[in-house]
Amino acid sequence: MTDGAAPVLDVRDLRTVFRTRGGAVHAVNGVSFSLKAGELLGVVGESGSGKSVTMMSLLRLVPSPPAEVTGGAVLFEGRDLLRLPEAELRRLRGGRIGFVFQDPMTSLNPVFTVGYQIMEPLRVHLGLSRRAARDRAAELLSLVGIPDARSRLSDYPHQFSGGMRQRVMIAIALACNPKVLIADEPTTALDVTIQAQILDLMASLREKLGMAVIWITHDLGVIAGIADRVMVMYGGQIVEHGPVEAIFGNPSHPYTRALLTTVPRVRGERPRRLTVIEGQPPLLTAPPDFCTFRDRCSQAYEICDRLNPQRYPVGEGHDAACFLCDPGLAPQSAAPRVAHV
Amino acid sequence: MLTFAIRRLILAVPTLLFIGLVIFLLLELAPGDPMADQPLTIPPEVREQMRQALGLDQPWWVRFSLWLYQIAVVEPQVLIDHLFGTSFAEGKARIISWQTKFPVMDIIVQRLPQTLWVVGMAYLVGVLIAIPIGIISAVRQYSAFDQIGTFVSMVGFSVPTFFTGVLMIVIFSVNLGWFPSIYNTQLRVTDWDSFLQQLRQMAMPVFVLALYNASQISRYMRASMLDNLQQDYVRTARAKGMTERTVVLRHVLRNSMIPVVTVIALGIPSIFGGAIITEQVFKVNGLGQLLIIAINANDLPMVQTLTFMFAVLIVLFNLIADILYGILDPRIRYD
Repeated sequence: MTDGAAPVLDVRDLRTVFRTRGGAVHAVNGVSFSLKAGELLGVVGESGSGKSVTMMSLLRLVPSPPAEVTGGAVLFEGRDLLRLPEAELRRLRGGRIGFVFQDPMTSLNPVFTVGYQIMEPLRVHLGLSRRAARDRAAELLSLVGIPDARSRLSDYPHQFSGGMRQRVMIAIALACNPKVLIADEPTTALDVTIQAQILDLMASLREKLGMAVIWITHDLGVIAGIADRVMVMYGGQIVEHGPVEAIFGNPSHPYTRALLTTVPRVRGERPRRLTVIEGQPPLLTAPPDFCTFRDRCSQAYEICDRLNPQRYPVGEGHDAACFLCDPGLAPQSAAPRVAHV
Repeated sequence: MLTFAIRRLILAVPTLLFIGLVIFLLLELAPGDPMADQPLTIPPEVREQMRQALGLDQPWWVRFSLWLYQIAVVEPQVLIDHLFGTSFAEGKARIISWQTKFPVMDIIVQRLPQTLWVVGMAYLVGVLIAIPIGIISAVRQYSAFDQIGTFVSMVGFSVPTFFTGVLMIVIFSVNLGWFPSIYNTQLRVTDWDSFLQQLRQMAMPVFVLALYNASQISRYMRASMLDNLQQDYVRTARAKGMTERTVVLRHVLRNSMIPVVTVIALGIPSIFGGAIITEQVFKVNGLGQLLIIAINANDLPMVQTLTFMFAVLIVLFNLIADILYGILDPRIRYD
């Protein structure tokens, strides 16, 4: 965005709606971001903030019905993924764009061998022969740190531990050397040492292949360590976005600040009690025309009920969707809200 | 798997012994007299002699042991003799039907082809149409196809076969005259014409039973597919760039077939049990009809043997269902 490199992925004003029997739920409300080659973009936010749905919408993987991507554009290699014919999109899925899902226990098919499941994209996208695909699958398995890879290809998922299954998922996503890897909480199920291995692996693959990564997580500690840029999501929108140092050093949105206070610190003086952000993310039955964080915000103003803030720049490549950051709107002049109904 | 199968087969022996005993004792307790059909003019002492000839003067445990010996030893020997031309069973008493004074097994073997042709074919047809219907219904849930399929299977499952059977006869035999209403057992398929005739006389009973079977199995198939279509691994397969066809017909179908295959295997013994009502309606003299007649005539050896054969098949197909389950689902290991 800031330096000249062309983005590999450019998402503009993405919108996804779930049409349920109880009415429409607006899960993604105008998300725009871009991803440069080789960069790691961290996406944080609590459950229900729209992180996973946003990323699945990029590849039209949201279950439809009930979900429907209603607007926006996802530009990848000059083409809009949202308007691509199904057959062409399929060639990108698992080929140019890899996807790692969050639940390794259920994300692998229980009745096929691990080898078969890794070989599938290799055979479909790269047209490898059975033998070549098997060789490559063994290579991938040892790449993600599974010992004795070749003999384990004929094992079934239930013969693997949770962490190993997650690594199998990563191996599948990496199979065709994707340009973009979207990883939805890929290390949540892993213990710390394995997590560190996976993080190292990601770093080396990004360097070797120039692969860009979108890393969705709850774990702010991991993000601080590996991300180049961070996107904070809330209510199906990006509320703050910027370089990792800026997000952690100068959080500008009240939600980001609140999130950071929920992280325990190991070093330094013994901290205050860990804080909890009261309440839950809103369930939006219409596109919001108010700030989605207003009900939980300690600094909400009257204007927060009337308008949905745009993303105001607060620094170099750093922006936040909060009226507190609007230079033209001095917060002092806006009337502080006493109570919200 | 092999040790599991052998262990289960060995365990089946006491199970079947027990079942045989229970059937025998229940028939002992049941009211009814095999002599009831005989004319009242027969003097009591002759009547007593006839009872003795049937072995009815013996205590129940002697009669049960004899039956057990005959079904476990003599009848298999007869079969071996028949197949290999040996003479193990020569001079040994077989299980004789009281009603016809003819070996029970010979009658069963005579009746078996009709039942297999009609009921077996209906089961096969039912399964073959139920599986695709279940798949399409699940993939296009709530579509017109699914709605119609749900309605038809609801009707097929809830309307009894004696009603659909008679309805078919009225429409297609009486009014339109397309199909015969009575199944002709004497018909031998020798040429094209007799083959067509056989198809025509099978059409209605097969349709009636296939509708019933398909209704049931397509429901299972649909439910199982729907269950699996929502699983996370389906999303993974899509994210890998698999075609919808591969996703549904490989990833989902393979998983969905596990419970359905079990249901299908467990249903197979019911073929041999015959479709008692449908066989009656269409005058197919298969095993079901044989059982009904034997019960009415107090032909205890026939009832005992037929019921026991069904029990054997049920035990056997339970084992087969378990083995199939183990083959289809790698998570199940019996060792």
